[in-house]
Amino acid sequence: MRTPSSPPPPGPLLNVVGVSKSLGGKLLLDRVSLSLNRGELKVLIGPSGGGKSTLLQCIHFLLAPDEGDVFLDGVSAREMGKKNIRSFRQEIGMIFQDFNLFDHLSAQNNVAIALRRVKKIPKKEALERARLELRRVGLSGKEELYPAQLSGGQKQRVSIARALAMDPKIMLLDEPTSALDPELIGEVLNVIQDLSEGGMTMLMVTHQVGFASHLTEEILFMENGRITESGPPALLLGEASRSRTYEFCSKFMEISGRDPAAARPSSK
Amino acid sequence: MPMGTFDFYANVLIPALNHGLWISVKIIVPSSLLGIAIGILVGAGRALGNAWLTRVLNAYVALFRGTPLVVQLMMWFYGLPSLSLWLEKNFGPGAAPVADLFRLSPYAASVIAFAMCSGAYQSEYIRGALLSIKRGQFLAALSLGFTKSQAFWSVTLPVALRRALPGCGNEIVYLIKYSSLAMLVTMNELTGETKAIASLYFRHLECYLLTALYYLALVTLATVFLRRLEKALSVPGERID
Ligand SMILES: Nc1ncnc2c1ncn2[C@@H]1O[C@H](COP(=O)(O)OP(=O)(O)O)[C@@H](O)[C@H]1O
Ligand SMILES: [Mg+2]
Repeated sequence: MRTPSSPPPPGPLLNVVGVSKSLGGKLLLDRVSLSLNRGELKVLIGPSGGGKSTLLQCIHFLLAPDEGDVFLDGVSAREMGKKNIRSFRQEIGMIFQDFNLFDHLSAQNNVAIALRRVKKIPKKEALERARLELRRVGLSGKEELYPAQLSGGQKQRVSIARALAMDPKIMLLDEPTSALDPELIGEVLNVIQDLSEGGMTMLMVTHQVGFASHLTEEILFMENGRITESGPPALLLGEASRSRTYEFCSKFMEISGRDPAAARPSSK
Repeated sequence: MPMGTFDFYANVLIPALNHGLWISVKIIVPSSLLGIAIGILVGAGRALGNAWLTRVLNAYVALFRGTPLVVQLMMWFYGLPSLSLWLEKNFGPGAAPVADLFRLSPYAASVIAFAMCSGAYQSEYIRGALLSIKRGQFLAALSLGFTKSQAFWSVTLPVALRRALPGCGNEIVYLIKYSSLAMLVTMNELTGETKAIASLYFRHLECYLLTALYYLALVTLATVFLRRLEKALSVPGERID
């Protein structure tokens, strides 16, 4: 691996090249390629069952792709082999729809445990770092609370703090607000917006099209295991585009009574 | 030999029961700890192992849950030595070191029998708890860079053990009671002592009543201890059912 002092290589930070994956005899990902530059946020949308979660897991090599490869900062995940894949994973933060916090640990220990077990940081330092990360997501004072004592929005913010503590180069967010009550979505989106504005590279699966379209340069539309459309939100979400993306987004925007292009990220 | 009631209690029955109690404790504590250890390993293997391992472990559980404990105990103590004889007959004196392994002392036979049987039951609770934990927490740990075994030991297992604890505690309470079977392989534990005194002095009612109280005290003590443990390990905000 590169030493931290050497300059970052040119080219995209994340490069996904021709990733395919079958499970149970079904082709879930069909030669998917995408790339993200440093500091970029891209949004992945599409109908449920389209393979979005599978794609994020393959990028993380939590699921090994059958074909294709993932490059982070020019480093091939495949070439790292089974043994070193963990150091590859550490550099990618993953946020799950249903938080997946460790039920038996307090908020602070949820953040600290990976620092201790994976990065071998001494307990005191790890707890201090955890406290700082919790503050960053607006959870000062909640350190001692357990997942069962937190609201959905707070849980998701703990999980973001947990990922940030590992100093990831990029974050993958899989429908981070889908499991939340409507009134709690804003607090999580605010944190994500702050991160993006702070220069974090992110790939985010979401149905918050309005929110996303204000932060992203590019929307990727995924269906049946393929990225079928991509482009800037203004283009894809314009009625005139006649895109599948527009058709898909307008369908569930009707339900929530909003127009895809109109919704804005919540102001603070 | 006429004997006053007080004398009988103070000088015969209670000392004998106390001695028996001590032997019982020496059987119960190691077999319940061993049972838990077997339960964790077998339960984890059944919940997470490959098809082949799962099949072998399921067979173990089916065998030990599906046969009477008395029969198992007799097998360990009286059955296995026949195997030693057979080994020595067929493989000569060279087989003696192996053959000797199968001649268990009454104490060893009791502890092994109880631990193996208890382990089979404990594995059911552990397995159920492991399966009830959503894969998500394990996945989250892997995504942070944990190895699979780190994720198992520091995430999945601590959550699972808390969930399994009430069931495992019950099994320990059963074990306290079925430890009385050890008298069948000549152990002078609580029940064995009682039986000897009761038939010698022909005072069955008093003897067995007092023994029952001893067991009741043991079970109560274990129950209180397990409750405390559950409470100490409980996670704030989660329901305790
Ligand atoms: N382990 C698996 N075995 C077989 N099929 C799976 C497995 N995991 C997911 N799938 C299927 O893969 C498809 C894509 O799922 P997913 O990636 O979760 O889509 P999305 O996140 O876009 O809703 C779904 O049809 C799902 O049923
Ligand atoms: Mg999904």
